[in-house]
Amino acid sequence: MRIPGIKSQPLVWILLVAVFLAIVLSFLSPFFMTVGNMTNLSKQVSIVAILAAGQAVVIISGGIDLSVGSILALSAVVIGALIQVDVDPVFATLAGLATGTLAGLVNGIVITRGNIPPFIATLGMLGIARGLALVITKGVSYQVLVPFFLYVGNAKFLGLPIPLYFVVVTYLVVAVMLHMTVFGRHVYAIGGDERVARLEGIPVDRQKVKIYMLSGFLAALAAVVMTGRLAATPPSVAQGIELQAIAAVIIGGVSFVGGRGIVLTALIGALIMAMITNGLNILGISSFYQQVLIGFVIIVAVWLDNLKSRK
Amino acid sequence: MMPDPTPLVEMRHISKHFGGLQALTDAQLELYPGEVLGVLGHNGAGKSTLIKILAGAETASEGAIFVEGHEAHINDPNDARAYGIETIYQELALCGNLNAPANLYMGRELHKWGFLRKNAMKSEATKALSRLNIRIQSLDVEVESMSGGQRQAISISRAVHFDTKILIMDEPTAALGMEESKMVMEMTVELKKQGIGIIWISHDIHEVFNFTDRITILHGGKNVVTAPTKEFTQDEIVSMIISGIAVERGTSAAGG
Repeated sequence: MRIPGIKSQPLVWILLVAVFLAIVLSFLSPFFMTVGNMTNLSKQVSIVAILAAGQAVVIISGGIDLSVGSILALSAVVIGALIQVDVDPVFATLAGLATGTLAGLVNGIVITRGNIPPFIATLGMLGIARGLALVITKGVSYQVLVPFFLYVGNAKFLGLPIPLYFVVVTYLVVAVMLHMTVFGRHVYAIGGDERVARLEGIPVDRQKVKIYMLSGFLAALAAVVMTGRLAATPPSVAQGIELQAIAAVIIGGVSFVGGRGIVLTALIGALIMAMITNGLNILGISSFYQQVLIGFVIIVAVWLDNLKSRK
Repeated sequence: MMPDPTPLVEMRHISKHFGGLQALTDAQLELYPGEVLGVLGHNGAGKSTLIKILAGAETASEGAIFVEGHEAHINDPNDARAYGIETIYQELALCGNLNAPANLYMGRELHKWGFLRKNAMKSEATKALSRLNIRIQSLDVEVESMSGGQRQAISISRAVHFDTKILIMDEPTAALGMEESKMVMEMTVELKKQGIGIIWISHDIHEVFNFTDRITILHGGKNVVTAPTKEFTQDEIVSMIISGIAVERGTSAAGG
């Protein structure tokens, strides 16, 4: 006998872990389950969560994108620079999104045409995009005090913070793309066995370019939220955030080998990491310990996953 | 069997060199509907190069390919597919992380505006598999958890699902056990009845001798002989593969 919907099982497991963590934290501190803290938490999680959605697609395809933090910074800086010269914020946003998508396109072309491993190609882009962000700004942080971005970063709609809507829409769209479209099917096939995918006529290179474009676009979308939250675009923003996004995907149980996993677990993974950080902050535990703990969680998550698959 | 007048495939005067290395010299191949043609030869005799040229994985330096009497231009595997030529590889070319319908339709997914028609693919896959008498417990199961025979069966039903006329089977039983090899051969007989021409490449002389209608033997990139299988004994076939010298017909019947 086989349990139906076996694919949804990882989601159930990781959801249980998240709920358990939330219950424990709410017992440990009366402040955890307050509206104020939940609002805070959802804002904290939003950036990493959006990046993790793109990263999940990349990792399922058997790749990795180390450049998302830098692409985020570059996109934010482009937005900031345009706002400085009084460009309409909507146009500035579109320009920012285009910047991120273009950086992703470059990643994709370098990986497919140049036949350079994703780790190396995106490591290069990590340096290039960050460097360009510093070049454009000369290292200065632009202020972004236009209502549009303040609204995105701080306002609420129907009682929920705006960044949360960005996250929800991102995951809905990416989940539909991944699980219901030909593109998504090709992502799994490429991650499963790239040689076979090629042999069976899947346009592997074209789909890979799209995958990295998606990741770049989502990094730029995260930049829009980040710009709103900070009301500024420091070129050094989001350094090392790519590792958090990767960690969220891994904690969520997406296999690093590729071809397996669902995108929603990345959201839960991001949530678990944010809850640990947030909970330990509330409990007054040093942020040094938080890093140690998250490191443990990553290893334990993969270890548990190994145990499951060995069965 | 009396061959039809027009062959499904005719490869004429095929030569192929890789730099200075001459892999094929003036090689010929003809395949008729509903027959199994065994292609035999040493490693390096040129058989895999010849087959790769037909499958679109290599292009010939010289020569022409005719499909059903018309010249065919095959430059990549997708071209070959467009002519109804499909290849089954020994190493079970499936994505283990996907289920049977997903593998069956890989690269040719049924969709509407880019959205997968999962139900349609599933019901079509069910039909395709039952047509070849393949039994699989559940179509939702990942292919990885299936036996080698079941996976090869899925490869075969994928290969013949898309209006295939010519099926190249490159050591299709090499990775399989005895029972499973038998199953693959039974399926192949079924395909033969449907008029598909099958090119069977194998190192197992016994299998080739019992299973093919005709054989063509290559040696040093040249045809040694092309004839109905049963005109020779197994020993003669082996000796031709090794020596590259054609045995005179009729002499074999005299015996020693």
